[in-house]
Amino acid sequence: MKKYEYTDKKDTRSGFGAGIAELGKTHPNVVALTADLAGSLKLETFIKEYPERFIQCGIAEANMIGVSAGLTIGGKIPFATTFANFATGRVYDQIRQSVAYSNKNVKICASHAGVTLGEDGATHQILEDLGMMKMLPNMTVINPCDYNQTKAATIAIADHEGPVYLRFGRPVIPVFTPADQKFEIGKAWTVNEGKDVSIFCTGHLVWEAIKAGEILSEEGIEADIINIHTIKPLDEEAILASVKKTGCAVSAEEHMLNGGLGDSVAQVLARHFPAPLEYVGVHDTFGESGTPDQLMKKYGLTADKIVEQVKKAMARKS
Amino acid sequence: MEIEKLEHIATAVRRDIVRMVAAVNSGHPGGSLGCTDLLVALYFDIMRLKRDADGTPVFEMDGRDEDLFFLSNGHISPVFYSALARAGYFPVSELATFRKLDSRLQGHPTTAEHLPGIRIASGSLGQGLSVASGAAYAKKLNGDDKHVYVLMGDGEQQEGQVWEAAQFAPNKKLGNLTAIIDLNHAQIDGSTDNVNDNRDLAAKYRAFGWYVDEMNGNDIADVVKTLRKSQENPDVPTMILMRTQMGFGVDYMMVGHKWHGIAPNAEQLTQALNQLPLTVGYSDY
Repeated sequence: MKKYEYTDKKDTRSGFGAGIAELGKTHPNVVALTADLAGSLKLETFIKEYPERFIQCGIAEANMIGVSAGLTIGGKIPFATTFANFATGRVYDQIRQSVAYSNKNVKICASHAGVTLGEDGATHQILEDLGMMKMLPNMTVINPCDYNQTKAATIAIADHEGPVYLRFGRPVIPVFTPADQKFEIGKAWTVNEGKDVSIFCTGHLVWEAIKAGEILSEEGIEADIINIHTIKPLDEEAILASVKKTGCAVSAEEHMLNGGLGDSVAQVLARHFPAPLEYVGVHDTFGESGTPDQLMKKYGLTADKIVEQVKKAMARKS
Repeated sequence: MEIEKLEHIATAVRRDIVRMVAAVNSGHPGGSLGCTDLLVALYFDIMRLKRDADGTPVFEMDGRDEDLFFLSNGHISPVFYSALARAGYFPVSELATFRKLDSRLQGHPTTAEHLPGIRIASGSLGQGLSVASGAAYAKKLNGDDKHVYVLMGDGEQQEGQVWEAAQFAPNKKLGNLTAIIDLNHAQIDGSTDNVNDNRDLAAKYRAFGWYVDEMNGNDIADVVKTLRKSQENPDVPTMILMRTQMGFGVDYMMVGHKWHGIAPNAEQLTQALNQLPLTVGYSDY
């Protein structure tokens, strides 16, 4: 197992804040919008440096999405920011018609996704957002795994023409990807090469997958760990190449199993290379209040759970 | 353009509308006929459009340095398509493809088919005022002094997003935005007063910070005069309550909400066309 170390722990939303601050410098057409969550989305630097390109919409997310669509007519690149719950479910029809169907160059940037926003509880813990967004034609869906990857993804989507959903979170987690990485939309990242099982992981579960890989390695199991940061378009080639090598797979995500990354992987395998697949994710239930660590444990979003599922998948190999 | 000439164009557009919906036995003639004079005034007189050397409009999605129009109540697509075609955005003959398979003239307007003149999809109501506000905001950021127009229905005022945008535009001082409400007091299920009363729209928009005006939407001279005035508010967006009659120009359609979304049969079509005589020099698609 390749060794991953970290010296720092940061929240992925701060990676977004750093990324958009840099875009302010390099991309004069980038405009930041928020619905009363400028602080939570770490927009302070952007607002301070480029106040004329910051649009405070107040608590009116539907209008923010429509205004963003309108801003693209005139060449702006709007980054519409709020919590993942209010950035997707609350405004699905606005995104569907004014952004996705109209194919507008809007970047929907969503923090506090999943259960790890913690104590606020289920009203804010959206676990369906990836599914909703990946179902929309024209939409690119990205779920980065740490501060550096989120920053790199934020910068990359500014140069991608078309609607994007960028999902990140609130908890402070290890920074383990390189600061100078180039983010390639739609291209999976091989975290570790192994021959026994494929682990397809995204978002906060990538660090858990690395920890799982270490545990498995001590038991003599070498996991092929693939980070699927881009949920759509899916890197089908990377998924198939890995499973053809290992013969079984586990998906790991902080999302509902219905509609999540695991669903996408299952579709690829069913069509091209049927193989045992086990899932790590949330099973058809809402979240609740608690600390991020408590919730990850309770909802089975941990390295131990990944190890358990790996063993199940491997046992099913013929 | 002379008012009389605009009226002649409006008659040609009204003929297009009834013929288009009759041809596919579907679509929304009522609101389309009611808003014909507005769209003709906008595209043939008021709006400063990008044109080539021959005077034909040139369509560019980002619409820099030209006036823009957004149709929020997308179901009145027949009048939008006819006005765009007759203004020169695409061949008038293409109106014959309305609502047919593989047509660029979808039931509701869309950018997906790349029809020149369309900048946003609309159909699901309540979204256009936000989009137009964003486009007006972009113009201000770009130092572009042109104007943005958006048309909504009065039934559409029941959508919550309209009021999010209504609060946004005056607070952002979008004086380059003129919104128009088609005040025909009719929606699919009946009179707006009965379905879900909008009450005093003028007072509501004034309270939200808009400059509120009104006009007779079926009098082109009044439409032109009122729209011109709306460009003179540098920091305050204008909301025009446009009184219209659903189905204007076809007597049997000017009765309540009945003709919101149904098409005339062959006999009714003949009757309608007889009431809309073409002026010499104009022809049907």
